[in-house]
Amino acid sequence: MNGDILVSNLGKSYRRYARRWHRLGEWLSGERLVWHEDFWALRGITFSMPAGESVGLIGLNGAGKSTLLKILTGTTQPTEGTAQVEGRTAALLELGMGFHPDFSGRQNALVAGQLMGLSVGEVAALMPEIEAFAEIGEYITQPVRTYSTGMAVRLAFAVATAARPDVLIVDETLSVGDVYFGHKCIRRINGFQQAGTTILFVSHDPLAVKTLCDRALLLDGGRLIRDGLPDRVLDYYNALIAKREAHHQILQVEVERGRTTTRHGSFEARIEEIDLQDGAGKSARAFAVGDWGRVRARVRFTSAVVAPTIGVLIRDRVGNDVFGTNSFHVAPIEGTYGPGDELTVDFDVQLNLGVGPYTLTVAVHSEATHLANNYDWWDKVIGFEIVPGPEPPFIGLTCLPVQLHVAPRGTTGGRSTRTASGR
Amino acid sequence: MKLVGRLKAVWAYRGFIVGMVARDFRGRYLGSILGAAWAVLNPVAQIVIYTLIFSQVMRARLPNMQDTLAYGLYLCAGALTWNYFVEVLLRSQTVFLEQANMLKKAKFPRVTLPTYVFLSATLNFAIVWGLFLLFLLGSGRWPGRALVALLPLLLIQQTLAIGLGLALGVVNVFFRDVAQAVGIGLQFWFWLTPIVYPLSVVPETLRKLMAWNPLYALVVSYQGIVVEHRWPIWSDLWLMCALTLVVAVVSGRVFRHLAPAMVDEL
Repeated sequence: MNGDILVSNLGKSYRRYARRWHRLGEWLSGERLVWHEDFWALRGITFSMPAGESVGLIGLNGAGKSTLLKILTGTTQPTEGTAQVEGRTAALLELGMGFHPDFSGRQNALVAGQLMGLSVGEVAALMPEIEAFAEIGEYITQPVRTYSTGMAVRLAFAVATAARPDVLIVDETLSVGDVYFGHKCIRRINGFQQAGTTILFVSHDPLAVKTLCDRALLLDGGRLIRDGLPDRVLDYYNALIAKREAHHQILQVEVERGRTTTRHGSFEARIEEIDLQDGAGKSARAFAVGDWGRVRARVRFTSAVVAPTIGVLIRDRVGNDVFGTNSFHVAPIEGTYGPGDELTVDFDVQLNLGVGPYTLTVAVHSEATHLANNYDWWDKVIGFEIVPGPEPPFIGLTCLPVQLHVAPRGTTGGRSTRTASGR
Repeated sequence: MKLVGRLKAVWAYRGFIVGMVARDFRGRYLGSILGAAWAVLNPVAQIVIYTLIFSQVMRARLPNMQDTLAYGLYLCAGALTWNYFVEVLLRSQTVFLEQANMLKKAKFPRVTLPTYVFLSATLNFAIVWGLFLLFLLGSGRWPGRALVALLPLLLIQQTLAIGLGLALGVVNVFFRDVAQAVGIGLQFWFWLTPIVYPLSVVPETLRKLMAWNPLYALVVSYQGIVVEHRWPIWSDLWLMCALTLVVAVVSGRVFRHLAPAMVDEL
């Protein structure tokens, strides 16, 4: 079916030659001599995407994301395995491809459209749509070299997405351009999603992946190491970032109510116990808006650690960071702790949060962030609920203190001010 | 069959190819006031130099020819067709590097690139040759029916040019030395072909050796048509045909074998 993607045991190797003439030597010997090293940018990649699915592709630099995209768009050939993409594909690999600076926006749009396999008539028919979406006005008849970066990006995006493709491949391009246009792009992509376009989206921005995708793939060192819900894969990805710094164990453990969580670290310090308590010191999982909560963490050291930092992070339903801080910033913990030592930390936080479910993540590390030395990072260890309290109704993620001053103006009744305040 | 597939791809992308040719043509005169007029002025200057300057001012003569313009026509017949040959060869040799950006970012049949280069060069040649024919007509030297022989000759010549250009173009992506070497090689080839000098200045023994240059018979045929209104001696062209055939086959194989890996080197 159009829009299906089927990737099976895909591998791509690049040949590395120590000297330029080594390649010539191989050619002249009819490939009997082998003077190159194979560098596998991708290997053993297998996954399938049914038409209409939106998948986020994440991974560190050099993980093989770009290579995979190039193979899927067909600009480069796999060394082994197969990649099948059914239907018309539009790729936003790097916007502004092939734009000729001396030609007008319209002429460039025409060639770019033809490059995508559209006929002159089809591009011409789409042109008003393209111009309207790009919002560059009179500039459409001016040479592209007179464009700002934002204008060129808008035009390129408008051309690439003028006709709904069966498969849309987006590489980190939405970050270019202003916020307004970014939203417009996301709206268009959302529209495609609803109309059944398969979307493969590469980004370093976890929020964008969470908002746009039903599923995420994590590449590391050319291998597909995670395939699942964006939330969970992104947690694992965060763990991966920390892993670069220290020797780590990554484990996903089952916690309450069947939720899985990710826990990783070098475990020189270990979180033995975490509890979330209400103002009275009793364990609690539901709070009214504006209640005080206490995160109590008991940490046990297995080797010598100097000045540990303990941090907490609250995330919302879809995994966005809502609030996080740590002892380094609030009140640094000093001193050295040896094997067997224990530390109990209480974070008292006023939960001025919007109504809904949240998760709590707790970590022990050194310095200001977990990127320095990550001893123990326990993702989403506790889930809790915020319920409406006595405050006036509101919407959103946070409950900000609000004051309202109304000053009526008029000839009668003089001047009176009424003030009301919410929490 | 592969070839049929290629032709189909070219047809499917005809809009793109025509667009590229138009862009190429317009791009050359972009930002100029006279615009496309330069496309005519340039070849006019070329023809004027070859004919009027050489024959009238420098009084260059072809031996055994009474016509004062004969040498000028001789020069045009060889040089204009040679330029066409070289333009296709050199441009298809660099087109993959020039359009690296497109090749890396979009999926389209690669064969469309040499195709557009060929068409673009053909357009230029059509203009210059058209003007030359007008000149022949105006000066009362219209070659008549022998002109028809030009078509098969040009077809063979350009098949060779594309074949060489395509193979060299693909290899040039891997070893940039190719373009340099070809530049030098073409200079030798030009002077080893009787384009500027008449055959009669070459000693008899050397002339036999020169006949092994595949382009020799071809250029001599052009000159025969234009200057003497004489049909080509088809049997002399066997070497050229053989070379073209070999090059076409080898080039097709090189392209098939190396083109997929090309984008990884760009």
